Amino acid sequence: MSAKRPLSPHLMIYRPQLTSMMSITHRLTGVALGLGSLFFVWWLVALAHGGTYYDFVRGIAEHALGRLVLLGFFVAVSYHLANGIRHLFWDFGIGLSLQGVYRGGYAVLCVAALATLGGIYMLFLG
Amino acid sequence: MAEFTLPKHSKVKKGKIHPAPKEAENTKTFNIYRWSPDDDENPRMDSYTIDLDDCGPMVLDALIKIKGEQDQTVTFRRSCREGICGSCSMNIDGTNTLACLKPIDEVKGDVTITPLPHMPVIKDLVPDLSHAYAQLQSIEPWLKSDTPAPENEERRQSPSEREELDGMWECVLCFSCSTACPSYWWNGDKYLGPAVLLQAYRWIADSRDESTGERLDALEDPFRLYRCHTIMNCTKTCPKGLNPGKAIAKIKKMQLERH
Repeated sequence: MSAKRPLSPHLMIYRPQLTSMMSITHRLTGVALGLGSLFFVWWLVALAHGGTYYDFVRGIAEHALGRLVLLGFFVAVSYHLANGIRHLFWDFGIGLSLQGVYRGGYAVLCVAALATLGGIYMLFLG
Repeated sequence: MAEFTLPKHSKVKKGKIHPAPKEAENTKTFNIYRWSPDDDENPRMDSYTIDLDDCGPMVLDALIKIKGEQDQTVTFRRSCREGICGSCSMNIDGTNTLACLKPIDEVKGDVTITPLPHMPVIKDLVPDLSHAYAQLQSIEPWLKSDTPAPENEERRQSPSEREELDGMWECVLCFSCSTACPSYWWNGDKYLGPAVLLQAYRWIADSRDESTGERLDALEDPFRLYRCHTIMNCTKTCPKGLNPGKAIAKIKKMQLERH
């Protein structure tokens, strides 16, 4: 009997909201940073190599596409760091009312947005 | 690994359309999840258009009207119609709530109703809650005390000790919160979920209970307690305005302070 019972709809029907969207973004930026750190290590290796190899890697990073990836990395760091601090507050029992969760959420989004603008300035306009 | 899509036999198909009576002017359409154990069909969404001028204000009123006038096979749980029994919890317009506390006019456009998410369906909007109830039983939600009760008198609490339980005793166990939690969707077999953890904290916080240590020991587990990642969908959706997410955070904090 229970074997043929269907599973009720879940992820695809649940309304996206600040709570769940910020949580999944934290997870995704965490994964992105993990992968991105491999590029950082590559850059360090190139630095240790020096000379023409460093110029080659630097050329990639300074290319428009390379800068775009760096900007993505920068945005991910800003969001993950700010939201990580929000999680620390929660671990101390602070900001766990529904109002606190939303205020903290908007604050994190503001910080990430400002950092993104700063990143765009540094990487493309500065 | 979490299954993000529905199994084949759970995929929802298009269903039947039940139009409103011809004289109706102020109409609203309800798309309702239907599944019957009596045939081998997949679940489907049936649509019912009703006359709002001849209907009570809440989604539960509309469901009762549909069942009474258009299709008596529509199946759902309900009892008190005032948010105290917790029977009519379901997903309305994308979030979990009690149908009796959800005003129809809060929903723009058609009202889509599905059972509590990621649960086995018994019929239509009736989910199988046996596993959730078993999890509730596992936290032993009753007063455990070695001290015998005073004779002909209750166990006393100060007003401030009693206040500690506010925001927890009001829970009607509708499981809206647990079935709104992505962690509970993916790990509900082992993770207790917000509804049950709120009840666990209700007894941990009770000044008359003498098994706080054992209760915390039983929860100190990577799955039972720590699958909570503070997503806070639980608190966002609670139809009674309670805060299960905060109760879970308090349990985690107590675990930390104990070590």
